[in-house]
Amino acid sequence: MSPVGTMNLDLDNETRAFRAEVRSWLATNVPTTPLPPVETPAGDRAHRAWERRLAAAGLSVVSWPTAYGGRDVSPLQWLIFEEEYHRARAPVRINQNGLFLLAPTLFTHGTAEQRARLLPRMARADDVWAQAWSEPEAGSDLAGIRSRAVRTDGGWLLSGQKTWSTRAARADHAFGLFRTGVDRHRGLTYLMFDLRAAGVTVRPIQQVGGAAGFAEIFLDQVFVPDADVLGVVDQGWTVAMSTAGHERGLSLRSPGRFTAAAQRLVRLWCQAGAHAADPGLSDRVVAGWIAARAYQLHSYGTATQEAADRTPEPPPPPGRADRPAQTGSTALRGSGHAASMTKVFWSELDVALHEVALDLLGPYAEIGGLPANSAGRADDAGDADAWLDGYLFSLAGPIYAGTNEIQRTVIAERVLGLPRDRR
Amino acid sequence: MKLTPSAEQEQFAAALHAMLTEADIPAVARQWAADDPAPGQALWRQLAELGVTGLAVPARWGGLAAHPADLVVACEELGHHALPGPAAESIAALPVLLTALGDDALCETWLPRLANGEVIGTLAVPPHVPYATDADVVSLVLRADEQTLRLGVPGPRLRSVDGTRRLVEVADGALLATGPAVGPAIAHALNAGALACAAQLLGAGHALLETTLRYAGQRTQFGQPIGQFQAVKHQLADVAIGLEFARPLLYAAAVALADHPSTAARDVSAAKVACADAAQRAARTALQVHGAIGYARESGLDSWLTRIWALARTWGTQSWHRDRIRTALATGALT
Repeated sequence: MSPVGTMNLDLDNETRAFRAEVRSWLATNVPTTPLPPVETPAGDRAHRAWERRLAAAGLSVVSWPTAYGGRDVSPLQWLIFEEEYHRARAPVRINQNGLFLLAPTLFTHGTAEQRARLLPRMARADDVWAQAWSEPEAGSDLAGIRSRAVRTDGGWLLSGQKTWSTRAARADHAFGLFRTGVDRHRGLTYLMFDLRAAGVTVRPIQQVGGAAGFAEIFLDQVFVPDADVLGVVDQGWTVAMSTAGHERGLSLRSPGRFTAAAQRLVRLWCQAGAHAADPGLSDRVVAGWIAARAYQLHSYGTATQEAADRTPEPPPPPGRADRPAQTGSTALRGSGHAASMTKVFWSELDVALHEVALDLLGPYAEIGGLPANSAGRADDAGDADAWLDGYLFSLAGPIYAGTNEIQRTVIAERVLGLPRDRR
Repeated sequence: MKLTPSAEQEQFAAALHAMLTEADIPAVARQWAADDPAPGQALWRQLAELGVTGLAVPARWGGLAAHPADLVVACEELGHHALPGPAAESIAALPVLLTALGDDALCETWLPRLANGEVIGTLAVPPHVPYATDADVVSLVLRADEQTLRLGVPGPRLRSVDGTRRLVEVADGALLATGPAVGPAIAHALNAGALACAAQLLGAGHALLETTLRYAGQRTQFGQPIGQFQAVKHQLADVAIGLEFARPLLYAAAVALADHPSTAARDVSAAKVACADAAQRAARTALQVHGAIGYARESGLDSWLTRIWALARTWGTQSWHRDRIRTALATGALT
């Protein structure tokens, strides 16, 4: 036998240059004072303006093909972009529902006309997109959707109610599933609609903490042209699920978020003097750092593998047929169901990192950060409520995009091969 | 940037897996525990033929000078099959220790024979590794403390919860090395041993997950396989998640050992903590899902359970490894 392989964590020159370019641009361009909250009118304008600046610099959709405003970078380079973006504390992506949920579906199932019409405007946030999946009676049981799309001349008429629609209060368009047939799963169609169209009523919903981050959408005979059906009529469930991995997996909450949060947590821990004082808290900081690092490395592996999968590979080696291949990381690649593992992991990691931070802050947790002029305050703690906002945000993670209970069932059945529930 | 096993590594793992599947390891392990080490020693010679024992030995001394990631691949398989014998010691820590000392005479005496399987070795590194595993059935026994390396003189044997781990007290024998080079060499050996230990833990955890998935699919209660109950499913999903996210830390630690000495201690410790946690969760869940039959020796589960209980706490406790990470993070953040 000969020495069998090498591994490294060193980026190639092209990727290092890309990282340097992104870091340098962000250092010059990220606003020094945080933008107003994205849910407010002023915040909405400011975040759209920020997206236009990103787009003008060619940095709003780096992983997309150049034809739609992207730079066609590798999955690894996209991860690097996200690391830098979060490291720089750059503004929240107002169009993330469009960029990270709808766009992958358009690339897979959309027509050339839809891509040409929708993607460049999305890349510049000319159109901001909201998701419209959940309904009052269809949450975890998403296939229980009741909102209907009824055939009419040249299109469809939408009626019903959607809820928990992120960004819907101020977005321009939304996408979701509508009932077009009686079959639970094969009677749903993926449709995109204009939130300003006649028959649409949007009612913002205040969240824990007070922000109106999501909304209810009431639909009364809202016309949608055939051109805005995504994929095949009645096949909407398949269309949505084929890219559900994007929401659960890497793209919606990119590893960069947790890498940056873990680094900030370590700084907070040191500057608060807690690294020397409290072994219990220190253990939790260490545990959080390990988990964030695990997720970062895991995503590097996924990205590297995705790139490798774009080229033909030799058949798998013999001799492993008797082992459940599903349990190895390499065997899980590209599977939408494997993204369920990722989703459970990052959502619980996110909560844990913020809980430790709040415990470190102690009586200052309820104001979200150490007060100005306090000895332990970090240099970059300008946004005093960042940890509190982050905590509130993190608490939604185990709920949205399929609750973690649903994800664990999916993992057990689709990844581990256990028999299906009676449901 | 490359962090996933290569096709060659997959093939290497497959060959090792095939060899270990062919061998009746439960029987070999029983004999090893019952003072009949010959079948186990024969199996170790087969490992040598596949190159496993020479992975960490430099080419100059008859080894393969392989990347530490190859060591991880091999040790994961050994853990998966619960192979008896001092794997972390003989395959990882000893070759790294002797190589790092740089004493040609010592290297020449032991490394070629460790590589070719003629010698199996073990060592005690108090306080992390207080006893030398299998010192009464192997032919090289060392004892390392902070500044000195000595031959170890096997004394009384202690009973491990894992009967195949023949723990032996070792007294100081002839002095082999002392001086400033010894401390760093022992530190290297500790990292290599901890990495090998972590890899075995991950493999053992996977073995338990696979066994438990089979059992949960077959065992019927209330008219359905117990694996159909959500309470069981969710526990097994958590086991899978733990193992899935421990593996990248293991490979990153191997990369750090090869290329990034400044973060090696931190990264090896992260791997050990995560793999031990994931394996212990797998062990706990495997036992719970099997129920009483898992608690009975006849199930055979105990080979993996007891191995995990032992390995999770040797080559550095979880506290010691967390402390190394804490130090690295505090230093990094404050400088």
